Parts: sequence; C-alpha cells; structure tokens
Amino acid sequence: MARVLVQEAAFDLAAETAALTAGRTDVGGVASFLGVCRADDGLSAMVLEHYPGMTERAIERIAAEAEARWPLTGCTVIHRTGRILPGEPIVLVLTASAHRAAALDSCAFLIDWLKTKAPFWKREEFASGAHRWVEARAEDDAAAARWAGAGGA
Amino acid sequence: MRVLYFAWLRQKIGTAEEEIAPPPEVRDVAGLVRWLAQRSPAHAQAFADPRQVRAAVNQDFAGPEHPVAANDEVAFFPPVTGG
Repeated sequence: MARVLVQEAAFDLAAETAALTAGRTDVGGVASFLGVCRADDGLSAMVLEHYPGMTERAIERIAAEAEARWPLTGCTVIHRTGRILPGEPIVLVLTASAHRAAALDSCAFLIDWLKTKAPFWKREEFASGAHRWVEARAEDDAAAARWAGAGGA
Repeated sequence: MRVLYFAWLRQKIGTAEEEIAPPPEVRDVAGLVRWLAQRSPAHAQAFADPRQVRAAVNQDFAGPEHPVAANDEVAFFPPVTGG
C-alpha cells in the first residue's frame, strides 16, 4: 500500500527516503524522482490546482498499478498544490525494491502516469502580472503510452 | 446533479460548481456538454471546443458516451498537467 499525500506544504526528501528502509533488510534500492519548478520565460510562480478527492483516488490507483507490475517493498508519492516558487519541489516519487530495475522502472512509470492520469492543472504566473494555463503535451501522452503492457521484474 | 469546473473552465464559467437539473434527454457526458453550453454565453465559450475539455463522472475519468444521472457528480476540466 503506497503512501500518497496531496498537500500544500513542502516535503522532506531525506526523511521520506529513510522511512522506506527503516527497520527492514529486504530493500536493495530506492529510486526517486523529484520534480522541481523551473523559471522558464521569466516565470515567477506556478499555481497548482487539483480535484480534491479524485486526486488522491487517482494517485492511489496509479500506485496500485505500479505495485501490481513490479515487486515493490515500498512506494511514496507526494504531490504539492497551491503556489510554488521556482526552485521549489513540486512532486516526489519514491519506489523501493529488492533490485534496482524494479525500483527505477516503477519510478519512471509512476511519474509518467501521474502527468497524464491525475487531475492536476498548472497555471504559470509571470513577473509582468500575466498568467497562463500550462497546456498538456503530446510527449507526456507518448511517455505514458510506452508503459502499455510493460512491467514486471 | 452536481457539476464542477476546474482550471480555465472554472475561470471562463465564473464558478467552481453548480447544481443543475438537466432534462431527461441528457443521458451522457456529450449530451450534458451540449446542454450546458446553452446555459449562458460564458458556458458557450468554455465548451466552444469540446476537444479541449475532459470529464469525470463520480471522480473517475469519463468519455463522451459515459452515462450521467441525476445524483452524479460530473466534473469538466482541461487535459491534466500535473507531475
């Protein structure tokens, strides 16, 4: 059962990583993806909106899919919402397994599916006062689609 | 029926949610979009290009043919951009 959090607050990467290995000796590797807010085109902040209730359900379903495809000993997904400044973390995916391939592959799978199957929307704010909604990218759909039928240790 | 709007659909329509009672001929998501688009000029503008609009019924993603019923929670939003 994955640890899934949707929150405005920042998270502690080191503490979350340590929690996946604490008190156990069957973990051979922990893979991580940390998504960080870039300052493209003079961006001053990113505002993340989501669909409370559906968001948690959707992430739990994606995590359950990862746990069904790979032999994971642990899995953590934390996605922030609200106003995020350049340089601040947005999302954390951690996967732990006895072997590196399962940890690395499931981590990549989780972030690819999060981008296309969880109800979050990014709005970019600029120093000029302008703002715009981020548009979905075809590359993200392609990245998610590559996992169709893939998986296993 | 409870309808929720997110991101630019919420901004264009000017509300995050509304209670509606569509007529019985509104049976699916596509029919609901056509009916909602006639509610106001703002709704018409938000739903002007249905290809840019995604939907969820009772918090699960749903396609245009997905049925909708009186007690459903139906949400409309642009393609997701999280991660």
